Amino acid sequence: MTILQQNKQYITENIAKSRDDGRKHDQTREISIETGILGKAEGSARVQIGKTEVIVGVKVDIGTPFPDTPKSGVLMVNSEFSALASPEFENGPPREDSIELSRVVDRGIRESNTIAVEDLCIEPGEKVWMVFVDINITNHDGNLIDAAGMAAIAALMSAKVPKINEDGTVNRDGEYKGSLPVKDIPVPVSVGIINSTMIVDATKLEEQCIDSRITITTTKAGNYCAMQQAGSHETTEEQILKIGEIAQKNGKERRLIIEKSVKK
Amino acid sequence: MGSDRPKKYEKLIINNKRLDGRTLDELRPVKIEVGVIPSADGSAYIEIGNTKVLAAVHGPKEMFPKHQMNENRAVLNVRYAMLPFSTTERVRPGPSRRSNEISKVTRHALESVIFLEEFPRLAINLTLDIIQADAGTRATAITAGAVALAHAGIPMKSLVAATAVGKIDGKLALDLNGPEDNFGETDMPIAMTSTDKNITLLQMDGDFTKEEFKKALGIVKNSIEPLFEAQRKALQDYYK
Repeated sequence: MTILQQNKQYITENIAKSRDDGRKHDQTREISIETGILGKAEGSARVQIGKTEVIVGVKVDIGTPFPDTPKSGVLMVNSEFSALASPEFENGPPREDSIELSRVVDRGIRESNTIAVEDLCIEPGEKVWMVFVDINITNHDGNLIDAAGMAAIAALMSAKVPKINEDGTVNRDGEYKGSLPVKDIPVPVSVGIINSTMIVDATKLEEQCIDSRITITTTKAGNYCAMQQAGSHETTEEQILKIGEIAQKNGKERRLIIEKSVKK
Repeated sequence: MGSDRPKKYEKLIINNKRLDGRTLDELRPVKIEVGVIPSADGSAYIEIGNTKVLAAVHGPKEMFPKHQMNENRAVLNVRYAMLPFSTTERVRPGPSRRSNEISKVTRHALESVIFLEEFPRLAINLTLDIIQADAGTRATAITAGAVALAHAGIPMKSLVAATAVGKIDGKLALDLNGPEDNFGETDMPIAMTSTDKNITLLQMDGDFTKEEFKKALGIVKNSIEPLFEAQRKALQDYYK
């Protein structure tokens, strides 16, 4: 479903004055976060930003470490653009956009040392905890990276590490050793540029008019830990620096919402 | 990152010089050759330090599969691949999640300077093969890709070159090499246009404060010119 040329022209010409849904340029739609929504997952969260909805489940399992990092656990982020979420999504192996989304979310978590993989070692070289973060888009109305990033960190914050049975297997009867150690709260903020105007939290309609999109993930300390530019337009140094500031400000606000919503 | 460093990489900066003798804002030596693949419409071979990349352009030509055709402009297809023998550990051939993402950002980095609207319904295929990897492969591939596109006669408003700026041992450094990338704290690949120094690719992982980020962008802007010079020289030499 591609956007009508007339709609695109309308949005592009008017974006400097007003947005299609009346929001301010730096205003995010209403965010709602619920954690602990799935019984079988060790951690889970549902995030809604306006009509966009993402579910994340965290599964914790025992596995063997990679040969080059025998003392480190494994963190994996994967995403599925389910065909139910949007007419453009098709079943099959992950496409470019889905791979990009999970890799950008992954970098935010990994580079901020949110999950210290050294803490996930059980027996060096033999047994480590493997943490799988699976992102599922349930409704696509734009700004998927931000929604997925918030859902991923909320799910990790709510996640528990199971006990290990005497025979060395994972206890699946709901007995837990404790919470998964989570050290930071990385929050990605994507800024779209339409006709030189910057907007935060673009809807699907707005995304189809975007020249370029820049996602910057910030940590609790306000530092940058991951960035990604997309779109076939150039951006200037000034624009990028400005986006860095927008990401800090919005990241802080969103981090407060996450902290408030996560049930420990 | 930064853990389990072998003894010889314990310090990456000694007396303000890096282990390969470069200063902090110095690019690695660059060598570009144009027209290395006769059967391609445009091609380039590039060496930046120990990273070596072959780039080839086929097209503009008929779009296949047809349903991906765009009525208003050409479609740029980019395929970035690390060849199996390009690193110490063999790379499994075929697309990976990493290479898919890099192909995407590389496409975006180059699309912005090409007059794609000159060739509606057609495809331009750019293949980027990494034959030896020593950090900065996507940046090197973009620098080579722009030259190969120019050699193919694709109309472009500007050249694009890319490099990375990172943080090693707490200091900002330009164009990281293999060990610096492995044991450094931050890596930020950037592509810029030759005319306006506008940014067409930006990625980052690691840790930057706002001030470091600003400084890092400035370092790239001030030090990237030798790459554009090498690109222009390679194109001029070919037609001598």
